Formats: sequence, structure tokens, C-alpha cells
Amino acid sequence: MTCAIRCHQLTKTYPGRPPVEAVRGIDLEIRAGECFGVLGPNGAGKTTTIEILEGLMPATSGTVEVLGMPWDKADREIRQRIGISLQETRLSEKLTVMETLTLFRSFYRQGPDPAETLARVSLQEKANALLKNLSGGQKQRVALACALVGDPEILFLDEPSTGLDPQSRREVWAIIEEFGRQGRTVLITTHYLEEAERLCNRVAIVDRGRVIACGTPNELIATLGGEHVIEFAVAGDDRGPAVAWDDLPAVTEVRGDHGKYALSVTQPHVALPPLLARVNESGRELTGLAIRHASLDDVFVRLAGRHLEEDSVEGAPQ
Amino acid sequence: MSTPSPPKRYSPYLQLVLSRVREFYREPEALFWVYGFPLIMVIALGIAFRERRMEKFTIDVETGPAAEATLAALKPDDRLVPAVYDAATCRDRLRTGKTDLIVIGTPPNYVIRFDPTKPENVVARDVVDRRLQQAAGRKDAVTIKDEEAQEPGGRYIDFLVPGLVGMSLMGGGLWGVGFVTVDMRIRKLLKRFLATPMKRSHFLLSIMTSRMLFMIPEVLIVLVFARLAFGVRIFGNSFALLGLIFFGSVMFSGIGLLLASRARTLEAISGLMNLFMLPMWILSGIFFHTERFPVAIQPYLRILPLTPLIHALRGVMLEAAPLSSLAGDLTIMVAWSEGRAVRLGLRRRTSNLLPGFRLFPCATGFASAGTREQLRTFLQRRNWLSLNLQITMNLQITILDND
Ligand SMILES: Nc1ncnc2c1ncn2[C@@H]1O[C@H](COP(=O)(O)OP(=O)(O)OP(=O)(O)O)[C@@H](O)[C@H]1O
Ligand SMILES: [Mg+2]
Repeated sequence: MTCAIRCHQLTKTYPGRPPVEAVRGIDLEIRAGECFGVLGPNGAGKTTTIEILEGLMPATSGTVEVLGMPWDKADREIRQRIGISLQETRLSEKLTVMETLTLFRSFYRQGPDPAETLARVSLQEKANALLKNLSGGQKQRVALACALVGDPEILFLDEPSTGLDPQSRREVWAIIEEFGRQGRTVLITTHYLEEAERLCNRVAIVDRGRVIACGTPNELIATLGGEHVIEFAVAGDDRGPAVAWDDLPAVTEVRGDHGKYALSVTQPHVALPPLLARVNESGRELTGLAIRHASLDDVFVRLAGRHLEEDSVEGAPQ
Repeated sequence: MSTPSPPKRYSPYLQLVLSRVREFYREPEALFWVYGFPLIMVIALGIAFRERRMEKFTIDVETGPAAEATLAALKPDDRLVPAVYDAATCRDRLRTGKTDLIVIGTPPNYVIRFDPTKPENVVARDVVDRRLQQAAGRKDAVTIKDEEAQEPGGRYIDFLVPGLVGMSLMGGGLWGVGFVTVDMRIRKLLKRFLATPMKRSHFLLSIMTSRMLFMIPEVLIVLVFARLAFGVRIFGNSFALLGLIFFGSVMFSGIGLLLASRARTLEAISGLMNLFMLPMWILSGIFFHTERFPVAIQPYLRILPLTPLIHALRGVMLEAAPLSSLAGDLTIMVAWSEGRAVRLGLRRRTSNLLPGFRLFPCATGFASAGTREQLRTFLQRRNWLSLNLQITMNLQITILDND
């Protein structure tokens, strides 16, 4: 298996008072043809990492190879073969979609016709619209098209769907999936676990500039010891003696407190009856209950002690 | 839709220029500031400084026994507007500048009260003096006939137009290149471009090229309008003038790029550019001749980039000077253009575009073939001027580095 992108002991410290250690020793090997996700909360160092890999920012230390070549030796050659979408770019508002794509296309020696790329992101009918008249989702698709316009072997995407509504997000995912089906490599950063689970063959979870876990979503979830999570909430948890939940059958792990709990379980149907019995025995009242598949968020919570997405709430079924 | 056609070739340089041009003409406000503003300046200043020969002087005659007689003596001269007031009012009016002078007394003893530091008051005093002498019976010893000389080329508007052309080259170059570049950097568009295989020289050349394209109508409008409305003529070689305008534009675009190389916000670049332009608005001889400033600071005025440009523009437009006689001016301009090229060379990511970039100043340098010898001696001697220039540049670079 050849490596599309490889980095070794990557670190980046932004100078300042105090200096910010944004990346503290990251090793990654992204294989050709896979979709690799870098998942982490805000400020984890995702953008810093991906921009170093894209050759847009010098690393403080460590080595980077893209398509087997280091950036300082083969800058132009690598750039011809990759496509990049930055986390935040405001393309010229006064240009039309077609003009923008033609401009970007002109930088590459090969690649499909701009009109063809436009069709790949389903924006044909907006070809002659000025960028300022597009919606956020459409603009994001133009940005994607600009990354695709040189027929790249590797696509670097920094949070391509952040800030988009669910519909636009699905459209963006469809474009990325289509690209992946051609056997091309994708490196994507995100802080949406749904995005990582849906798109990525392998995921590196980063926190505070380090990779805290790496593997396929299933492998990572398997480290929890159970593929399912029972979330439940009880009222009156501070009454009486504390109850232990971890000795219930099929339960591998317990998280949470103050009446809201999440149990990692191997077999929910085995764990559930004794759980309900224990709630009753302890004189507490069940106010919520849900069974779901374990997610990467559960992995993140176990490793980092907090949630990936600030807005998700543990153990709060309706 | 997808009929197989031979792969099209796109020229990145052309595409970059095209995008700049499109962005420009789709921005009506920018169009106004670039094209309307210099025109308004020409019109306003041209009218303000037109036809000033029939100047009238306001004369106050202080109340007294001979006031009416004095009034009658002054009235026939149509340059004078005399009136009688009491002593207090007269003084008040003189102090507040409502009158040019006060005539007091009865013949044969007059007093004229005026402010000798104001040239027009001195002129008024002489006119009144002559009138009163004539009224008292003095006869002219000789006759003098006035012949009016108001040739095109010698009027204020003729002086002003090259200055305004220089000013608009400066403003356009700095804003059109510096501001646009910083704006692109803030929008992360510059980074996005650098993420593609785009050649940096194409990018910078395209910015320069589009600036040249926008500059042509800008200068033409002013020159043509000044010609039609005020009869401002070009006495020198039009190609020499064209060359100078081109060179000036390149120089200021380069300086704009230099200023933009460090600024991280639009406020920073605006401040930096105003700071840079302000001294030149006043000191580079746009509106009046630099010789009016004290001799001690003249050498410093001369090394500001706008001063030699305007001086050379005036030389060619008004005095039909050949470029070879403007070697001094051109040398300073080359130094400014080269200075920023060197500065760009210091920047890691832009270093490889130096060859394409130096092309402009060098080409212009060679165009003024007669000056090369002078240029060499100048550079060999490393006289005070080049030393000064280097100090200015270093200062500027340090300021930028600390930004
Ligand atoms: N130019 C900079 N100068 C100083 N510190 C920076 C700079 N850019 C980023 N940082 C800091 O480095 C850390 C990592 O930032 P980075 O942008 O890589 O995070 P991220 O994972 O992309 O976050 P987000 O999900 O919000 O995009 C943050 O603490 C940030 O404050
Ligand atoms: Mg980021």
C-alpha cells in the first residue's frame, strides 16, 4: 500500500507571548485511495496540521511527504496533483462562477473543462451568477469545484461543511463521496462526528495538538468494549446511597453523573432488564432512556473527558 | 454538454488580468474614485485659478473734510472700489481683511494705512498713490503701453495638470496595487492562490498589467479634458511623456506592493499609505513649485518618489525637455523601483519572481539611453543622494519589519 501523505513528528509552535503549541508531535500515514479524517474539537490543531501538510505553512519540526515528495523539493509538481479547499476563503464576489472556475483551471496543466467541473458540483444553472448572489452552500460548492478543477489525485478539505445547513452538508458529502469512488485520496478535517463516520475510511482523533486515537471508525468504537450505548436519566439521584452501575451484565463502562449516565454495553438486551430493576430498587425514577450505537463522540469522551461538539448533550433522550 | 473536445489551453496570466479587470469595472465606486476624482480636481482648480487679472481693490476712506474729494479722485480707476467709513469702522475692516487699505487725511497730506506683508495690499497702495498724485496734478513723464502675455504653457493650469497626473499615478498605484493585495490577503485569497500551482510572477505581473490598463484612461481623461477645457498643451515628445507616465505608474505600483507586503489589515495598509503619501501631497510640487521651500530641505524633497516624476512630467510637457536632460529625476525613480524589487527579494516566498519583476525598471532605464552614462557615474560616486536614498529605504524597511 503506497502512502499518499506521510508526516513524522510534526510540531508547530506559533511565536507569541506565550507561544502557542498548536501541534505537538503528530504522525500520520494516509494511504492512496482512502478517505482520511482528522477529527477534533475547536482549536485542536486541525487547520494548522492540514496547512502544514498542504505546504502552506512551515512546520516547527518534523517531516512531510506528499505523493512521496517533500515540499521543499517538488512544490510545483505536488501542487499540480492536489486540490485544496481552505477553511476560510472569500473568493472574488464580483466574478461569476464560471469565471472563477476558469481562472483556477488555468493554473493547472491538466484537468476537465470548467463546465464539466461545474456539473460535478451541480451548479450548471448558476454558471453565470456572480458569487455574491450565491447562498452559503452554493459558495462552498464553488470552493470545492475550485479544488477539483485540476483533476487532483489528493483532495485536502478543511472543514468543508462547517456552518452549512443539513441539506447543503449532504450535497457537499455527495461530491466528496463521488470523488472517493474514483479511487482518489481525501484528507478531511472536521469537528462533526457524523461527517467523519459517514465519509472516512480511517479517522485520527486529535486533541490539543496530539493524535489521541487512530483507526477505522469501527476499530475506534470497538475500543469502548461495547458497540452500544444505553443512555438514561434518573430523577432523585442525590437521594440515598450512590448506586453502582458498572457491575451490571454486559456493561463495559460507565460515564456521567448527577442523574445522567451513559453505559457502554456489548448486548443491550442483556443489560437492560437488570438496569431497570436496579433503578426501581434504589427508589429512583427513570426520566429518560435511549439505546444507540456507540459513536466516535463516545470514543472522544472516553479519551479526552469531554464532548467533541459542544452542542451535543449526553444522556438526554427526549 | 460533454461532447469530447480537444483540451483547451488557458493562459493563467491572461485569466488573472481578466479577473482583475472584471472586478474593477463591476465596482462602480472604484470607477468613480479612479476616474472622476482627478477630473473634478482639474475642473475645480482650473476654474479657481482662472482669469485673475481684473483684480479689484477695496479702499476705505476715513470720514473727514476731504473725504468726498478723495472718493471722487479714486472712483475713475475701475480697479478701485472706494467707500467712506468712520475711523473705527475703517480699522475694524482693515483688521478683518474686508478692506485692502485706509486713506486718511486731506491734501496735500495723506496717510495710507495698510499691511505691507500682503502683496495685493502693496499693489493697491501703489494704485491709490498714483491716483491721488494724478488728481493733485502730476503729469506722467513717459507713456507706457501694456502688452498682455498669457501664453498657454505659462499659466497656473499648465503647471497644475502635470502635478495632478503625477498625483493620480501615485494614488492609483498605491491603492490599486497595495490595497487590492492586502484585501486579497485578508480574504485568504492570496493563500488560496498560493495553494495552486500558479506562478507567482504571473500573479504579480497581472496586478501590474491591470494597473497599467486602468491607468491609461485615468491619465487620458485628465489630459484630454485639460486640453479641451483649458487649452493645456503638451510641448514635448508625446512618447517621452508616455514613457514617463508608464514608468511612474510602475514605480508606484511597486511601492504599493512593498507597503502591502507587511500590512495584515485594511486599516494598517490605509494608514501606511496615507502616511507615505501625505508628505508628497504637500512637498512634491503638485500645487506649487518645490523651490518655494527652504533651500536646506530641497535635497530631501527631491528624493521623494513623486518629486522627480512631477518634475520630469513638467519638463516634458511644458519645456519640451528631452529625457536625457532629466537623468537626475529618472535615476531617483529607478532607485525607488529597484529598491522595492530588492525588498521583495528578501521575502522568501516571493523571491523567485524577481527576474520578471526587475524587467520593468530596467527596460525603462534603458529607454532613456542618454542617461546611462550619467547613471553609472552617479552610482559610482555614491554621492549624498544615493546615501540619503538608502537611509530612507532602510528606515522604511525597518518600519515595515516591525509592523
Ligand atoms: N496564526 C496563529 N497565531 C497564533 N496562534 C494560532 C494561530 N493560528 C492558530 N493558532 C492557535 O493554534 C491552535 C490550533 O489552531 P487551529 O486553527 O489549528 O485549530 P483547529 O483545530 O483548526 O480549530 P477549528 O476547529 O476552530 O478550526 C489554537 O489554539 C489557535 O488559537
Ligand atoms: Mg480549523
